[in-house]
Amino acid sequence: MKTIRTLFAATTALCAATAVSATELEVTHWWTSGGEAAAVAEFAKAFNATGHTWKDGAIAGSGGVARPIIISRILGGDPMHATQLNHGRQAEELVEAGLMLDLTDVAEAEGWRDIVHPTSLLDSCTVDGKIYCVPVNIHSWQWMWLSHKAFADAGVDVPSNWDEFVAAAPALEAAGKIPLAMGQQPWQSSGAFGVLTVAIAGPDAWLEVNANKNAEVAAGPEYAKVFQAAAAARAMAANSNVQDWNQATNLVITGQAGGQIMGDWAQGEFQVAGQVAGVDYTCLPGLGVNEVISTGGDAFYFPKNDDPEITKAQKELASLMLSKEVQVAFNLKKGSLPVRGDIDLSAANDCMKKGLDILAKGNILPDGNQVLSADTTGQIEDLMVEFWNDPSITAEDAQARYAEIIASAD
Amino acid sequence: MAIAEIQGQSTEDVRPPVRLFRNLNAKIASIPMIMTAVFVFIGCTVWTIVHSFTKSRLLPKLDFVGLDQYERLWGTRRWLVSIENLAIYGICSLVLSLVIGFTLAALLDRKIRFENTFRTILLYPFALSFIVTGLVWQWILNPDFGIQSVVRGWGWESFTFDPLYNPDIVIFGILIAGIWQGSGFIMVVMLAGLRGIDEEIWKAARVDGIPTWKTYIFVVIPMMRPVFVTALVLITSGIVKVYDLVVAQTSGGPGIASEVPAKYVYDKMFQAQNLGQGFAASTMMLLSVVIILIPWAYLEFGGKKRG
Repeated sequence: MKTIRTLFAATTALCAATAVSATELEVTHWWTSGGEAAAVAEFAKAFNATGHTWKDGAIAGSGGVARPIIISRILGGDPMHATQLNHGRQAEELVEAGLMLDLTDVAEAEGWRDIVHPTSLLDSCTVDGKIYCVPVNIHSWQWMWLSHKAFADAGVDVPSNWDEFVAAAPALEAAGKIPLAMGQQPWQSSGAFGVLTVAIAGPDAWLEVNANKNAEVAAGPEYAKVFQAAAAARAMAANSNVQDWNQATNLVITGQAGGQIMGDWAQGEFQVAGQVAGVDYTCLPGLGVNEVISTGGDAFYFPKNDDPEITKAQKELASLMLSKEVQVAFNLKKGSLPVRGDIDLSAANDCMKKGLDILAKGNILPDGNQVLSADTTGQIEDLMVEFWNDPSITAEDAQARYAEIIASAD
Repeated sequence: MAIAEIQGQSTEDVRPPVRLFRNLNAKIASIPMIMTAVFVFIGCTVWTIVHSFTKSRLLPKLDFVGLDQYERLWGTRRWLVSIENLAIYGICSLVLSLVIGFTLAALLDRKIRFENTFRTILLYPFALSFIVTGLVWQWILNPDFGIQSVVRGWGWESFTFDPLYNPDIVIFGILIAGIWQGSGFIMVVMLAGLRGIDEEIWKAARVDGIPTWKTYIFVVIPMMRPVFVTALVLITSGIVKVYDLVVAQTSGGPGIASEVPAKYVYDKMFQAQNLGQGFAASTMMLLSVVIILIPWAYLEFGGKKRG
């Protein structure tokens, strides 16, 4: 009896002790695939090293599944302490409703405006001159991944741009390969279309439609070419019966498919599979036509909390995520580009270096999430997933419907 | 019946008590239930309908835009596809569940051996959630691992059976899973109804030399009307809310070929951050239920007053 009581006393003392020195922060995110989980572990490791505790709240499924859960928890009065979101317009209303912690003091003390490159990332975090989120990485959609094995099996050279890829497709098909691997989820269909647009119609046309919502350009001849190309790509992806993006990437890794249009997060999968850029796979930024980086990415938001201890820990975590060491460790594992230009990434592989080059040249575009509202994005996704999966919809029909969505976008 | 009896008693009293205070304890006891019904069901429904006329995005705001949300809703192809799918799924599921459920029940009712075993086997799918059912059937219907590959493995190389990957018939792939899950339960309800039929009826039918199938169709089924009504309500409520089965099996694909209204509502409200549009869609769902429900309720309960 006495021992039990001592044990209780000891446990209580232990709990009390930890409560004083460390704060536990629950962090939600949707990084669950192999490469992603390894990257988020870097954050956790660094944060635990400060004496606080990182309570991992991974939500399986992609952002489409996790985001509603995260938002309803914040709205429902049960906020986590920090959460991943894509910066841009997704959290706009949450910030306006005053549900997010204002990080301006940390940002000013550490000079975020000087270290974050490109600064447009920080602009996406800014509402009415105040900063509400920490950008942690740059993820560009504008990539295509090619399997060397698939092209070797088909007896053709690995293409260096989209036109060569289209020309090589019949040979791939003859060798029993799927030319283009595509997952069936709406965001993938819509994203691949965006990449084709930038490559074929050019960045200016893309900006005119997506940022300025110019429906005339969307209905015009440049976009008509994009829709024709997308219809051709649809035929190449006809036999790709997978759902998730990483399953599609896996088709490329194993050489069952020639290539995949997917953002640079796919690179983590190649890394986990032990493949080497330039030897086992090739990456084409901007489909090898218009080499640009779209500056989408992930950011962390910190929902408001009454407890000053937690607020303090939240701000510590915020500054930690932008620190040099954590940026390097995290982005190397994740396969994404760091948000600061002043760090050494000599450990980066071929593809990341290509990306860093383009970034340094300043060939950047905003990401779809930064310019379009979630509602418009949803409408475009509905159209695109239908178009990619139903060959009976002609390119002209799809274009007319697309122009209508752009005309009513806000 | 009960109401008639109470009314009969009250006419015998010299001074009938005030109606409001009659049976007071029961009325007080039901206040929480009444409050729940008024605030949760009616209150929230009214709130949803009011907000469907606004342009609420992520947060509900009273910023009225008239019928804009409804115009957009009925101009959206995905919504029209959803409605069409629900109609196909609904009609087929209603007819098949009733037919299969009743047939199985009638077979079990023929005093067969191992009835308990069969009943358990047939009811078992009902114990699984729609998500599990959906995943199981997704695998069974997957052309690379499921039925198609098994049959091809037997040597029939050209055999094709991939409903979940064919936009024209994908809704039937979902229907198969729905029927598999639900018909066992309908069977049990029907079996209970069949057990309620008096043995004398069967004897009388046999004496008159009526064949068994005719006895079922012309005597037993009309006698089982209340059981059929119960089954009907159970099946229809399952149809209107079909969501998880679709999410687990196809998540609306290929393309938008297997979308259903409930999924449209969820996606618009939580993913596209457009509450107004989601509310408009859910109001339309409510409206369709009301259109079916009111005439039925009138026929079912309205007649009693006359009798």
